[in-house]
This record gives sequence, C-alpha cells and structure tokens, in this order.
Amino acid sequence: MNGSPYALLAKNSVSSVMLKVMAALIPGIIAHAWFFGPGIWVSLFLCTGFAVALEGLILLMRNVPVKPFLSDGSVLVTAWLLALSLPTLAPWWLYAVGVVLAVLVAKHFYGGLGQNPFNPAMVGYAALIVSFPVYMTQWPAPLGLADHSLTLLDAFDLVFAGQGSISPDAYTSATVLDTWKTQARLGLPAEDIRAMAMFGWAGARGQEFVAAAFAFGGLLMLAHRLITWHIPVAFLVGLALTAGLLHLLDPGRHADPLFHLLSGGAMLGAFFIATDPVTASSTPLGKLIYAGLAGFLTALIRAFGGYPDGVAFAVLIANICVPFIDAYTQPRVFGHDKAGK
Amino acid sequence: MGDRLHTFNGGIHPEGHKAESSATPIRDMALLPRYVVPLRQHIGTPARPLVQAGDKVLRGQPIGAAEGYVSTAVHAPTSGTVIAVEPRAVPHPSGLFDLAVAIESDGEDRAVDFTPLDWRNLDPSALRNRIRDLGLAGLGGAVFPSYIKLNPGAQSIHTLIVNGAECEPWITCDDRLMRERAAETLQGVAIMAHALGVKTVLVGIEDNKPEALAAMAAAAPAGVEVVAVPTRYPGGGGKQLTYTLTGVETPTGGRSTDVGIQVFNVGTAYSLYRAAMLGEPLLSRVVTVTGHVARPGNFETRIGTPLADLLTAAGGANPGAVGEIIGGPMMGFDLMDLAAPVTKAVNCLIVKDPVHFPPRPAPLPCIRCGACARSCPADLQPFEMYWFSRAKDFGKAQSYNLFDCIECGCCAYVCPSHIPLVDFFRFAKSEIWEREQEKRASDQARQRHEFKEFRLEREKQEKAEKFAKAAEKQKEAAAAGPAAAPADPEAEKKKAILQAALERAAKAKEGVTPKNTDHLPPRVEREIAEIDARREQVVGKEGGEG
Ligand code: SF4
Ligand code: SF4
Repeated sequence: MNGSPYALLAKNSVSSVMLKVMAALIPGIIAHAWFFGPGIWVSLFLCTGFAVALEGLILLMRNVPVKPFLSDGSVLVTAWLLALSLPTLAPWWLYAVGVVLAVLVAKHFYGGLGQNPFNPAMVGYAALIVSFPVYMTQWPAPLGLADHSLTLLDAFDLVFAGQGSISPDAYTSATVLDTWKTQARLGLPAEDIRAMAMFGWAGARGQEFVAAAFAFGGLLMLAHRLITWHIPVAFLVGLALTAGLLHLLDPGRHADPLFHLLSGGAMLGAFFIATDPVTASSTPLGKLIYAGLAGFLTALIRAFGGYPDGVAFAVLIANICVPFIDAYTQPRVFGHDKAGK
Repeated sequence: MGDRLHTFNGGIHPEGHKAESSATPIRDMALLPRYVVPLRQHIGTPARPLVQAGDKVLRGQPIGAAEGYVSTAVHAPTSGTVIAVEPRAVPHPSGLFDLAVAIESDGEDRAVDFTPLDWRNLDPSALRNRIRDLGLAGLGGAVFPSYIKLNPGAQSIHTLIVNGAECEPWITCDDRLMRERAAETLQGVAIMAHALGVKTVLVGIEDNKPEALAAMAAAAPAGVEVVAVPTRYPGGGGKQLTYTLTGVETPTGGRSTDVGIQVFNVGTAYSLYRAAMLGEPLLSRVVTVTGHVARPGNFETRIGTPLADLLTAAGGANPGAVGEIIGGPMMGFDLMDLAAPVTKAVNCLIVKDPVHFPPRPAPLPCIRCGACARSCPADLQPFEMYWFSRAKDFGKAQSYNLFDCIECGCCAYVCPSHIPLVDFFRFAKSEIWEREQEKRASDQARQRHEFKEFRLEREKQEKAEKFAKAAEKQKEAAAAGPAAAPADPEAEKKKAILQAALERAAKAKEGVTPKNTDHLPPRVEREIAEIDARREQVVGKEGGEG
C-alpha cells in the first residue's frame, strides 16, 4: 500500500524533534556548568556515550535497522535527561548502570521506541536512588560554597579514579530539599534554615538560576510547538498548589511554593520529563490530569517521602495512570454530541 | 452570516502550488479520434449500456441509462461509431478494468437536439428526473448523483452552500471556472436554490483565490453571499466548509441535509446551468493538468478523454517524471494506466517529479506526540486508531471513531515518524466492511440452509401423510369397492397452501435481519443506498475489486 497523501510532507521528523528538545536543554546545561562546575560535562559525556553504544548494540541484537533508529535521536534525549537528573561527579559506573536501566530495561524490554510505558530516564534515576542512596544524595555545592573549585580534568579524574586527593566534602553537599527536610524535622525555624548559605533568594543557591534556564528552554519548546502548554502548566500548578497548602498549614515544616518551583528537578520535570510524549497522557484534558497529578505527588513526596526529590517517583506513578486517564478523557469528535454519539 | 466565520480544529497548510496551473485560461481540447466512457461514473449502480458495438451515436446521445436509485445516465462525448462495450482501464486506485463504451469519432461532432429545461415551471420531480437523465453528478470529487441531492425530501433545507473552496494543493479547475464563468455558475446556483426552496445561499471560496472571489462577488445576485474563507486544508471538505460558514456540525454518520444544509460544488452548479439553459447533458468538465508537465493548465475535457491525450494537450510530461496522481496530492491516488479516461470524478491530473513528490521516508514507530490529533479536522486521535488498526484490533479502532475519519491525510502529513496513517485507516475500514459483508452473507446462507431443512422436513412429512392417506384410501377403496376419486388434486392444493405459508414464514424471518430494506421510509432507504455505495467504493479501492 502506498496511498495519499503524496504531498511533500511537513518538515518534521522524530530526529528533528529530538534535536530541538536537546537544543532547548542547552541553556539549563550552561547555567548548571556555570553554577556547579564542569562536572555536568562529564556526566553528559558519559551518559551519551554509554547510551549510544548500548542502543546500537541492542538494535543490532534485535535485528532492526540500526541507522534510522539510532539517528532518531530519542536515546540522546534519554541520556541527557538522565545525566541532568543524576548528581555530577559520581563514579562512572553509576552513570553506566543508570543508562542500562533506562535504555535496556525501561525502553527496549518494553519493545523500544514508542512502546515504553515509563519514562526511561526516570526509571534509571529511581532505580539508582533506591539502590545507591549514598551516591545519589551527594551533589556538588554551588561554586563559591565549595572549598575547592574543579577543572574539567579534575572532574574526569574524580569520576573515573574516585576521590583521590580531594575529599568529597570539599565539593559536595546535600541538596537544599534534603537539608530543609532534615533541619525542619530537627525543629530548626524556617528563617534559620533559609539563612543557610546553600539557600539563594528563592530556592537553592545557583539551582534557582538553573531552574529558570530550564524554564526558558521549555518556553522555547512551547514557542516551537514541540510541546503544548498543558503539561508544564498543570505540573507546576499542581506542585505549587500542594506545596502552598502545606506551607499554609505548617509554615515551619513546609517551604513556600516558590522555593519548590525553583528547587530540585521541578522545572526540568515540568518541561522536559513529564512532557515525554511516549509516556505522557495524550488528550488535552488527560494531560492536565496527568501532569497535575505528577505535580501534586512531587510536593507530597518532597514533604513526606524519604527521598531528596519527588519528581521521578511522581512522574512514574503518573505514567502508570496514563492508559486509564486517556481512556476517560477522549475529546469530543466532530459531529458527535456531548455524550459521544 | 458570513461575517462571523467558525474555525474548525486542526488542518494544515501544505504548499499550495496553485500558480503553476491557474495563470492561463481554460483551454479547449481538439476533437480526439477515440473516447472511452466508463459506465460506472460514480458510486452507486453503474449505468446500463444502451448501445452495442457497431451502433452509430451522436454527441449527447445516451449510451448508458440510470439503473436503480443511486445512478445517472451516461452520454456519448461526440458523434461516431461504438467500437466496443467491454471492460477497459478506468481511473481507479485498484487499477482494475470496468465496463466502458469505446467510441470512434467520425470527426463531425454532430449532436442530438438539446431542449432547454423549463426549470421554473417544471414539476420538481420531473425536473429531477431530467437532471438524472442528463447525467449530472457532483464534480467536487464525491460524484454523487445531483438529482438525489436536489430533492429536499422530508427534511426542509434552509441553506445552500456552494463549495468553491478548492483546498487541495495544485488543483485549480474550480478557481478558473469561477473566474471565467461566474455568471453561468451562479445561474446554476439559482436553479439549485429553486429546486431546494432555500432562502440562504452561501458561496465559500478560500482566500487564496482573490480573482475568483472578486468575479463571483461581482456576479452574485441579491440573496447569494460570496464568502472568503481562510485558506487551510481541508477547508473545502463538505463538513468543514459547512462548519466554517454556519457553525453547524454535520452529525456523525449523517449528512448535512440532516441539519437543513445542502452542499454543491461550483463545477456541479455550472453543469446544471448548461443542463437547464441549454438542455445539454454532462459531456465535459474542467480538469487541471499540472505538476511536471510542459504547459500546465486547465482543460475543458470531454468525459471519456483518455488521460494520455489530456497529458499530450498539456505538452506532455517533462523528463524525469515519476508517475501521475489522479486528484489532489492529499486525497488522490496513483494512476495505474494512462489509457484510463477522464470520468466525471477526475478533477486533476498531476505529473509527479521526485522533488515535489519524493518517496515517503521509512516510517518509525509512533512516539505518541499527538501532532496527528492536533491536525485532525475531525478531532480524532489518529495514533490510537493507528495502534489498533495495526494490531488488527478493528473493533477497538472503530471505538475510536474510525468511521468519522474523512481520510484527509492531515495526520499523515504532520507525523514526525512518517507513518502512512491513512493507509492504515483505509485498510481497517475495508476490513471492517468486508467482515460485515461476510457476516451478512453467512447470515443469509444460514437462513437459506434453515429454510431448506424446514422444507425438506415438511416434504418428508407431507410424503408420509400422502402415503398414509393413499394407504387409507386404498384400504377404503378395498373396503368400499371402486369409484373413489384419486387423492391427487387435494394433495396438490395442500402443497400450494403449504408453500405459500413457508414463503410467508421466510419473509417474516428476513424481516428481522438488518439487511431488509423493505418497508423503510424513503429517507432511510436512500441513506442505506448511499452508505452501501460508499462502502462499495472504498472497499473497491482497497480490496481491489473494481
Ligand atoms: S503524529 Fe505520528 S508519531 Fe505523533 S502521535 Fe501521531 S502517529 Fe504517533
Ligand atoms: S485522515 Fe482521518 S484521522 Fe487523519 S487527520 Fe484526516 S480525518 Fe483525522
């Protein structure tokens, strides 16, 4: 069969979509490098390398044409999102394990591109944080707070050879989300927590600008119609409303909504992770429910869970609900009445 | 009403490529030595041939008569001799042959006498019958017999929409027609409005045709509103144009007449003008020849013109051509054989070149990006329909409203994975129809079988009875002596009564099957006919049964 349309198709391809998504990530990556040092280049490099090699190998073994599928670029986006979710300066094998979990388990075990029900990068992240909590909670401190500022070579050295001469305490710290939770539980007043050096004007020091840069990239994607507004807006509203409610109920324990929006993976999650088309809801109303749920769960997990950030688990839980959400939010078809007849 | 236009969802903006063929006036074609007129010009029943090889015909003489309800007459395009009535190549995606009348011209082009119709005074049903016998059918692509659509029937029609949108890229036959023959076209519109008894007449033309808009607006009489609609494919789809102009959605599975609106193409209006004012049957239409040809443009083309000759008239294909499309690039189909003739359905012949019509890139898996859904003018979820069509889970595909798909191709146009979505939808639809047909056939077979069993059983009983009776009679006869009448006449009578009862029972049984079309109101009957016809067409397209 080779029927119409015969017209020159719209200049649109999976690889161009993926490349544009990667381009939209660049502002956030640069901000990250600026505030947290060169470690991010190392993790991006490692995740990309591992992911491409692994994807190629799997495609070969599955006997599918390697070139069109490898060049679709989807594995690059997965690799980058994973790299941006994992702490930098972690041992190299952590990235390797993360890539295997994301690409092999979460993607190809389910049939490859387009078939996976769960966001691959988030599967990788979640499995790592459950398995290796220590490595996953050590984040490089923002520049100016670390006792030691690293060069790119230092960063490679650290990742491959372990800590060497530099003590990890010299360049890492717990995340602000973690700190807030532990300090608040210890009974430290909110103002005192906020006064700690790691906090910036609204979120985590440095992190708030990275978040803003990711949001900027997300707006670029919106402008280029790579995503629709539904998911980021619903995610951020769900997060802010829930966090705001908790904050109102117990301001001593729960940080304000703005802090939540600008900390951790909220912006990355709202614009780049929850919007992964394969695993997200696909109807307009469904997207609002799905992403609202993810935002709501993010706030809950941050407030009451045992993990430093809630985005990954929230997105994965929302992924589970997608078939159900989609089934009940089918839009009205042209010429049908409201009951769908 | 046209001041406030309504915007349907979805739609796309493919490259228009109208200028290639819209710059030059409609050209007449020289008389050809040979024409081939298929008897199946449109969906529904093909015309019944009225001529045979060796017959002499005149231009405009009927060569095929309307047969059944969804049917119209077919006429000789010129004077000459019928050389064959046999299956010939026809412009159909299946590439199969269909019954056609081949005529050799005598070069004189003599016509029968045409009598103009007194359309204002003619009884409506007489007028419609004349229009049927003049072979009028929709020239916008669907080719539905016009006489049926001109019957307001039980529903009252309040609005007539005249479709001059011409949203498919490359095609410009309606554009040129409106520019050059606006007054005549609007005359045809007036006849339509008269036949339907409508108050409101809206002519929708996409705003990429300013000349046509101006010409039509200038020629429009009071009561006819010429409306510029935004250029957005498929804005010329019947349902889309209706919505754009009136904000009314055609109910699913229904027709616009269900909501009091009738839609005609401008080309049909023009042919109605010729039919009514000149008494001329539908002998020719405007066809766009464009793409990779030497002299693209529009041609007044007689029905039955071999497409090869039409192509020659446009200067022939340029070197490097890679095939032809009948219709537009969004909804047309690949031409299998240039020997196939122009039918009433053919509005455009596009010669493909590799730059504008490259092979489709190899498809990748669906990434559920939803681009298809956002482009779908029917508000469908094409990727869900695709998923289930591919898995051959046709029931599920249908539950995502597969049959609301108008096969416009917007989804396939935008899909980043380059999935031939419409191919899958056509496939799924034809499979579903086939299964329904099979089911119907097996139902009928079962009924026949049951009836046969029933009959055999009765016959056996009857025979036994007869034997018993005969035995009795014999006994009686033996007892009472001779002079007993033979038992036969009585048995004959009984058999007849039994037979009649059986037939009644069979009829009653048929009455509960969905296929029975007896005793239905004419509207329903007509709808069934239309749906069957549509099915036949699409099944024919995909299933490859001409
Ligand atoms: S546009 Fe193509 S890839 Fe995107 S959801 Fe539709 S079918 Fe899938
Ligand atoms: S072809 Fe069907 S599914 Fe695709 S856009 Fe057109 S109506 Fe929608």
